[in-house]
Amino acid sequence: MTGKPIKKIAIFGGTHGNELTGVFLVKHWLQDGAEIQRTGLEVKPFITNPRAVKKCMRYIDCDLNRVFDLENLGKKISEDLPYEVRRAQEINHLFGPKDSKGSYDIIFDLHNTTSNMGCTLILEDSKNDFLIQMFHYIKTSLAPLPCYIYLIEHPSLKYATTRSIAKYPVGIEVGPQPQGVLRADILDQMRKMIKHALDFIHHFNEGKEFPPCTTEAYKIMEKVDFPRNENGEISAIIHPNLQDQDWKPLHPGDPVFVTLDGKTIPLGGDCTVYPVFVNEAAYYEKKEAFAKTTKLTLSAKSIRSSFH
Amino acid sequence: MCSLPIPLEPLCRVAVTGGTHGNEMSGVYLARHWLRAPGELQRPSFSAVPVLANPAATAVCRRHIGRDLNRTFTNTFLTSKPTPDEPYEVTRARELNQLLGPKNSSQAFDFLLDLHNTTANMGTCFILNVTDIFAMHLCHRLQLQHSEPRPRVVVFKLSQEETFSIDSVAKHGMTIELGPQPQGVLQANLFSRMRSLVASTLDLIELFNQGTAFPAFEMEVYRFLSCTDFPHTEDGDLAGMVHPQLQDQDFEPLQPGAPIFQMFSGEDVLYEGDSTVYPVFINEAAYYEKNIAFMKTEKVTVSIPALPVLSPAPAH
Repeated sequence: MTGKPIKKIAIFGGTHGNELTGVFLVKHWLQDGAEIQRTGLEVKPFITNPRAVKKCMRYIDCDLNRVFDLENLGKKISEDLPYEVRRAQEINHLFGPKDSKGSYDIIFDLHNTTSNMGCTLILEDSKNDFLIQMFHYIKTSLAPLPCYIYLIEHPSLKYATTRSIAKYPVGIEVGPQPQGVLRADILDQMRKMIKHALDFIHHFNEGKEFPPCTTEAYKIMEKVDFPRNENGEISAIIHPNLQDQDWKPLHPGDPVFVTLDGKTIPLGGDCTVYPVFVNEAAYYEKKEAFAKTTKLTLSAKSIRSSFH
Repeated sequence: MCSLPIPLEPLCRVAVTGGTHGNEMSGVYLARHWLRAPGELQRPSFSAVPVLANPAATAVCRRHIGRDLNRTFTNTFLTSKPTPDEPYEVTRARELNQLLGPKNSSQAFDFLLDLHNTTANMGTCFILNVTDIFAMHLCHRLQLQHSEPRPRVVVFKLSQEETFSIDSVAKHGMTIELGPQPQGVLQANLFSRMRSLVASTLDLIELFNQGTAFPAFEMEVYRFLSCTDFPHTEDGDLAGMVHPQLQDQDFEPLQPGAPIFQMFSGEDVLYEGDSTVYPVFINEAAYYEKNIAFMKTEKVTVSIPALPVLSPAPAH
């Protein structure tokens, strides 16, 4: 299949103000963007939640990365709206509008997690040949450094991301890194992911054909909350055997939680799952101790730019 | 050396504080747990009191609301007149001073153990004032009992007028600092390590109260020297980050000429001191707002005299 060349790309940092790798990469590229420029491409680095960045908090009023649904984007502007909803409308105006012809072609949104997830690419649509090809290219280029694809396509668990206003939304998530900390090794990995992504787009625009490919991905199945007492307080925490074991198979009967009194709570059910976002700091308030995924293979048709 | 008075009586009023920083979760969850079920803190000669030190910051999972509570226990703050617009932590410090102090008074608690986490790779670490001979004895014994990972001892040398942390409200005290753990995350291994260190500390106080001898000893400690700031741009933004060769190397020797920062532009910044130091709190999240990239310490050996032996407590 052929597609139009890519023209407009944005790289978002600071969608969560305490995930510092994206914040500082974007700030650096705003000063000196030579490494993200490619011939014929417009690449715009952008800080999405400057007020949260200034305070080094995830958000001011509500999570910016959950409010890019048409309802919030269409709300009448008023001072009573949460800061992030007003900001989402500004961002939609600058880089969207969502689901329109004029929107940016690709948005990369840079995130960190406190979970041991390594380099992760987040995909919203399993039928997107272009992004599957891109992710395959990034994975191959990063090897032997592992890189995982997390597919959030789900009738109820998919959420309205900041990047979703672009035709091709790409989430980039690198961990583990504590909130409010900038680690050189994590920054280096994220920088490489962006470099390979831009190289891929450049090759595509130059007319290179990418043959059909397949690649492994992990699709969200279910979010799992911490066990809680009658007052709603957490009564058991992630078991040491599960801590840092993102992407590793978790079998029925394996320990998942340990209560404050030392009792182990095992995985129920009868299928092996692959946990992600294990013990992510920001998800305590979302009542999510980890998410279960299932492993699958994605395939993409061959792609080539139509203008060559 | 100007030392704190050495206890001549059993230590019967003991407090364990968690949540002094509201996003350091080992202490937050232990304090909450003990407030519901305090049995674990009881010993024959005393019952330690659990305290959630900064409940407002804990409720929103932040280090502090208005200012760092653990820098607010100075005489100046504690004796200041309340004002309506003062930071929450100033009010709270005065409350805690009433509850656990007053600082420098005979009514103050005998011992205060404060529980913290760091994002730095500090393993198990005790922080205290080197003049607190009693607490130095506890650290020494804890080091012998808890070998994996080997606890390190970081000491400050502060006069009573200079002390600022919550443990300075009591007659004796120290901090347990465990890392690495991200802010807002509770990890089971650190939680149980903290719990076991608190239990051992209370057991040691009980031993002292029962008349056990605590002989003199020598101990290796890391003595605080100074802080090293992050490099900045003219606009006040970070210009670089902790060098990958320094990241996670807490308590390892840092030689003159070794890289300490990697600038975003690519070049390295080298350590320019003229002697080997031992960095701690490398890349601690909470110190970005204080502009501190790490703290430098020197490794020294200190001699600590024996404690007087108490006569055994009469049977009840």
